[in-house]
Amino acid sequence: MDYSEKLQNVTVLGAAGKMGSGILLLTAVEMADLSLKPENKGKAFVLHAMDVSKEGLAGLMLYLRAQVQKVAEKKTVALRKLYANRTDLIENEEIINQYIFDVMGLVRPTTRLEAAYDSTLIFEAVSENRTLKVKLLSQIDQNNPEKPWFFTNTSSVPIHLIDEEAGLGGRVLGFHFYNPPAVQKLVELIVTDKTNPEMIEFAGAYAKNLGKVVVPANDFAGFIGNGHFMRDALHGIHTSEKLAKEMPFAEAVYMVNRISQDFLIRPMGIFQLIDYVGIDVVSFIMNVMNPFLPDEDLHSDLLDRMISIGVKGGQYSDGSQKDGFLKYEKGRPVAIYDPETKAYVEIAGFNAKCDGRLGPAPASLIPWKAAVKVKDKDQAFGSIFGEMKTMDTLGARLAVEYGRRSNAIGKKLVADNVAHNENDVNTVLLTGFFHAYGPVNGYF
Amino acid sequence: MSKPHKKIYLAAGFNTVSMGTGRCEFNPKKARPGIEHYFNEAVQGTLKQIGGAKNVDECVVGNFMAARFNKQAHLGGLFPMVDPVLQFKPAIRVEGACASGGLALVTSIKNVLAGTADVSLTVGIEVQNTVKAIYGADILAGAGWFQKRKNGHAYFFPGQFSDRAGTYYEKYGMDYARKGMGRWFRNAIENARLCPTAQEYENKVEDLEALYNKMKPNGAAFVDHLNVLDCSKVSDGASCVVICSEEGLKRCGIPKSEAVEIISWAHKVRNLTEDPVDPTELITIKKAALSALEDAGITIHDLATIETHDCFSIAGVLATEALGFAEKGKGAQFVAEGHTARDGMIPMNTTGGLIGWGHPTGGTGVHMAVTVWEQLTGKAGASQIAVSPEKPFALSINMGGDDVTVVAAVYKRASV
Repeated sequence: MDYSEKLQNVTVLGAAGKMGSGILLLTAVEMADLSLKPENKGKAFVLHAMDVSKEGLAGLMLYLRAQVQKVAEKKTVALRKLYANRTDLIENEEIINQYIFDVMGLVRPTTRLEAAYDSTLIFEAVSENRTLKVKLLSQIDQNNPEKPWFFTNTSSVPIHLIDEEAGLGGRVLGFHFYNPPAVQKLVELIVTDKTNPEMIEFAGAYAKNLGKVVVPANDFAGFIGNGHFMRDALHGIHTSEKLAKEMPFAEAVYMVNRISQDFLIRPMGIFQLIDYVGIDVVSFIMNVMNPFLPDEDLHSDLLDRMISIGVKGGQYSDGSQKDGFLKYEKGRPVAIYDPETKAYVEIAGFNAKCDGRLGPAPASLIPWKAAVKVKDKDQAFGSIFGEMKTMDTLGARLAVEYGRRSNAIGKKLVADNVAHNENDVNTVLLTGFFHAYGPVNGYF
Repeated sequence: MSKPHKKIYLAAGFNTVSMGTGRCEFNPKKARPGIEHYFNEAVQGTLKQIGGAKNVDECVVGNFMAARFNKQAHLGGLFPMVDPVLQFKPAIRVEGACASGGLALVTSIKNVLAGTADVSLTVGIEVQNTVKAIYGADILAGAGWFQKRKNGHAYFFPGQFSDRAGTYYEKYGMDYARKGMGRWFRNAIENARLCPTAQEYENKVEDLEALYNKMKPNGAAFVDHLNVLDCSKVSDGASCVVICSEEGLKRCGIPKSEAVEIISWAHKVRNLTEDPVDPTELITIKKAALSALEDAGITIHDLATIETHDCFSIAGVLATEALGFAEKGKGAQFVAEGHTARDGMIPMNTTGGLIGWGHPTGGTGVHMAVTVWEQLTGKAGASQIAVSPEKPFALSINMGGDDVTVVAAVYKRASV
């Protein structure tokens, strides 16, 4: 396998989407860096940015230019060496502009699938729809004489099913980036027993060059990341539904969101995370996974109800948060949606009452920002959650229950053979979800 | 000739805030005041102290690269913008890289000595936060020889002084050198905390030397032998003073107790196209400072304070050697032992210098003069040091480029 040869003609499907645009950026930069190596002089590198949306592609090119400029500004020290022989490029600005030109120069935006017919490598980042994915991949494969490799970004569809249904003969693997791909370090790598070993080797080299942390997951619907997240989210939803029998719905959501953020020392509460991913996306992923889980029901009527009302969360194209369970002002939650009245209720009107019901946080609690920097995790979190376990307050009880559920989910992923080991589960949550500690621990 | 044939006074100093990272009101994502704002504020600040613009004969502004940072040349034309009374008075902009402010002082001194002015209004200004640091590095590289830019570092000037620091490490030991450089950084921040216009005024780090030691130089991200704490700030700011004859001082109604006398000055220039022979020596600084001291008829032991050009901490350490406070290679120890701190043998950069107060490049030379004036006339507020009658002198050293243009001046509180 020649690494740079494989990256000479690449297509990203769904390039204008949230994940596709990040994958395109990373790949474009990697390809440009290869094209600038002396041994690759004269070789053509082409990256097709394929998407059904013309408007999306126009926005993509603007996004790409701005991001490549940032990339270039950060690595100008290295770029000066890369362009050392270009006597016409002297100032940083000239070098940065040339680099932007070189990266943009290999990207070809297109709405036509035919662009992928001569690619040797294809990244698939279309919506999380098994039928669509299978249809696109099989159509490309039937028309592409290069026997291309397919890297799918699916976060839930089993890879072997895509392989079989599209008839790819083992030329597909799961290369699951986390959102946003340009920032998140984690990639879940999913291979089947049919996956071409050369592809696996290439995937490792590509991930390494992109500075990613690879966690292998077995080929089971949802893999590790969504295997934990979906169940964890469902626990939060069920807890809030139980609480809502004794209090208004918005207050129950507030309390569970607060517990799952502040008390569990996570970067955001569970309802904020559902909003971040998108209520519809979460529901979609559950629907993909559920048929593969005969002993569980991975489904939420509440999510269906929110979607039917039209409250879906997700993000605007500039990355800012759309309203979902929570309403956001400057990125901070200010109100909570009540599906009964179909209106947002201001948090400031009830948070003091709810905080009183939850009771105080443990005295030893530290905020998430400080917690991620803690060196001796067992000592720090052992003592914080140890204290929490001794407290007889609603907040402490809910948090301990939540922590235990997260722990059980993590262990189940290993027991079900989705993850190779507990450490991989913890790495996914630490790296892909920015948790301060892994779910498989002895703290609860 | 740098010993004046008549008395030269400096008074009515004013500094704007040094704006940039470190100041809480600085937000790089929001629109900010332009060069006109700083120019106006500084000039107004001085005009108020001299009885108005009618008392000004000539105007000088020192500026390095407004033509690139602000796309604005021809800064002499800004004086009448501040006050219509300055319309049709002579005004000139002078440039010598980061010594542009020093050259503005020299030009004003010459105006007074030539007899064309009794009051020469003197501004130093630079507004640099218009571009990101990586592009600012291109602009500042203009202080070096452009033929060397291609093979120079992305951060050209940090690269130059990183090379000096690297040679110093090789000769005398890295840990030893960085002890002195770290102490220099600590002194700069501690002094800046006493001066409300300083860029690091609000710095609250408790253990500055621990922070410094934690940040190891990293050539992959920045330069090989310096970290960002070794570097001066990227600043927007302006300073203003008047340079006067005795008659000028009277005309402005400024008592001598409110003025300092410029006893001597030296202006030395080294070949821009040559590398320094010994990177561990600031030869032009040495020549300029010693020449000014000699013309003043004093030695370093007569000085109450020094403002020296610490664009990088290593330049501060090397200056102690160039001046003769320490032998070659002993400057790091001299600084590490606290001799340049505000309570040390020779307080240097009492409001933070270029690392703590800030470094609006073309403005720095005038800022140094304002600081000296404040200290010698008792106007330095919380940063005031004791000036004993036995040591009534002060020295400023303003450097442009890599020890290429240097202006040194000796001041003394004007006798009543």
